[in-house]
Amino acid sequence: MAQLEIKNVTRRIGDFVAVNDVSLNIEAGEFFTLLGPSGSGKTTLLRMIAGFDLPDAGQILLNGKDLADTSPEKRPLHTVFQSYALFPHMTVVENITFPLKMSRCPPEETRKRLQEALEQVRLTGKAEKYPHELSGGEKQRVALARGLINRPRLLLLDESLAALDAKLREEVQVELINLQRDVGITFIFVTHAQTEALALSHRIAVMNQGRVEQVDEPSKLYGFPRNRFVADFIGHINMIAAQVIESTHSHVRLAVPGLGEITAPSLPDASAGEQGTFSIRPEQVRIGMHDEPAELKNHFAGTVHSLLYQGDVSVYRVKLADGVMIEALLPNSTPGRAELFEVGDAVKVGWRHDAGMFLHG
Amino acid sequence: MDKSGKKLISAARLTRYLVSGPPFIFLLLLFIAPSVIMVLASFRYPGEFGGLAPLAADPSTLHGITIETYQFFFSDFIYTEIFIKSILMSLATTFICLVMAYPLALLIALSPKQSRDLMVLLVILPFASNFLIRIYAWMIVLGPQSALNQLLNSMLHLFGIAPVQLLFSPFAVLVAMVYAHLPFMVLPLYTNLEKHDPYLLDAAQDLGANAWQRFWRVTFPLSLPGVFSGSALVFIPALGVFVIPEILGGTGDMLIGNLIKEQFLGTRDWPFGSTLSIMLTIAVLLIAWFTAKLGARRGRYV
Repeated sequence: MAQLEIKNVTRRIGDFVAVNDVSLNIEAGEFFTLLGPSGSGKTTLLRMIAGFDLPDAGQILLNGKDLADTSPEKRPLHTVFQSYALFPHMTVVENITFPLKMSRCPPEETRKRLQEALEQVRLTGKAEKYPHELSGGEKQRVALARGLINRPRLLLLDESLAALDAKLREEVQVELINLQRDVGITFIFVTHAQTEALALSHRIAVMNQGRVEQVDEPSKLYGFPRNRFVADFIGHINMIAAQVIESTHSHVRLAVPGLGEITAPSLPDASAGEQGTFSIRPEQVRIGMHDEPAELKNHFAGTVHSLLYQGDVSVYRVKLADGVMIEALLPNSTPGRAELFEVGDAVKVGWRHDAGMFLHG
Repeated sequence: MDKSGKKLISAARLTRYLVSGPPFIFLLLLFIAPSVIMVLASFRYPGEFGGLAPLAADPSTLHGITIETYQFFFSDFIYTEIFIKSILMSLATTFICLVMAYPLALLIALSPKQSRDLMVLLVILPFASNFLIRIYAWMIVLGPQSALNQLLNSMLHLFGIAPVQLLFSPFAVLVAMVYAHLPFMVLPLYTNLEKHDPYLLDAAQDLGANAWQRFWRVTFPLSLPGVFSGSALVFIPALGVFVIPEILGGTGDMLIGNLIKEQFLGTRDWPFGSTLSIMLTIAVLLIAWFTAKLGARRGRYV
């Protein structure tokens, strides 16, 4: 039995279905992420787990027990809010020990746990400071310590890194992974930032319009998106409308109008004649002046339409026959050579027969 | 910094002085100057028909400078007693206003945005009619023939208790004091409560606090600045009130305000009136200083 079971949960707000028949199983000790664009229902779902909102239909079970009749203050789980919601009139120590005070923890135990918590989030020197005297990262660590101090079964994190600047966020991500591993508490993390989700999670549920589109490990989600939405939402991807010519157990052959034939890995339920989308990640697309890409099974001629220099990589947009655009990503591994190709250069692009995939719809 | 930058800064400074100057001068002239005049007047002798006796005149009459009024103030305990009574009455008014205004302010702050303005308007609506008339209205409400007093007395009769008179009593004074000052407590409290981050209450609940704990550990401590400013806005004017006891109080319900008014308009002893009002100012400043110290200790986080 999973630690947290979400069974057919639906939540309507007026005519809008915020969460639509969602079922998820979250295992103990997991770092689980709800990922989706704003309005996809991820925060509503999180608030229902915390108890601030109730499902119109369905059940939320913690260790097999329905939470419906348990008010938020009695649920053995805590939330780290996006704004951290630190109590401005309390010091770091008073904030962190607040949950212990509420559960009437004896003073001896409180002191011991406080010391542990302060060391764990490296805030020993800031114990007597007020929240307004702390930096963004420190506030975030206080919120984490406060959420973890009385050892809840679950910690819910609502866009908890969104308020940090990009550089700090990366550092905090590493800290968060380590912290979760050390405390062994299940984390349910809500975010709209797919890179964050990929970096942090054991498993991710991608949400869209109140529904769960796919639940998988980060690498599976990125490598084998189940549908167009997931493919498009996670990372960058080239999508080309295509029709199945032939489907075998080893591969599918696709026809792209104006471009020709593409060979892609097989898809069990694809049938000849089906219209769909061929998708391929930019880093899987090779680009060259000469015949190097031509050795690959799928290769096409085109001209460089535009390029984006991003420091570590450059993204080339290549215009193929019939106006089809393909993005190819090239690492800038040689210092100083920012541009390998110029806009307007005639180039060849290609990819291996086992790269990319055919998606229904 | 180049020249034009310096010029800009001095222009900004000039604007600041021009804008803040008039109110500053206004306050200086109309607050500081009268206070100084009061202090000077308190060391003089009263004039024969009110006003002040001349500094130098016919040696047969009292003239010049004296500390007689201060000696007089401390010679009879009755004045100190009226001071204490007035302070207690103002404290009671402040406390009752706080207890009544807090739930109201909280209700307004938690209401949907569209209805808040209307509710605030209702709170200040009584100001639209004349203060005196509103106080006289309480005479009717509390009078011996009023439905309220008759109902009360018939209830008391059931329990075998002698009938009471509401009007011309400290009770009537207190009721009207609370009535008159309630909006001054509601508004600062509401202004404070409205700014609270609702996520703080969610967080408190999430961390195990029940409704009672959420109020006493989060809402109330965060509202203390509003509590202090509301209390100051009620307590200080309540201390100087003289109309309410005069209209609704009995003969023994005189407060400092009445006493001071009496010195200027009744017995025409301006120096003693001045002494009394200086004493009042000192009392208010002491209390304000004390509350500010209390507030500063609690308000370090702001």
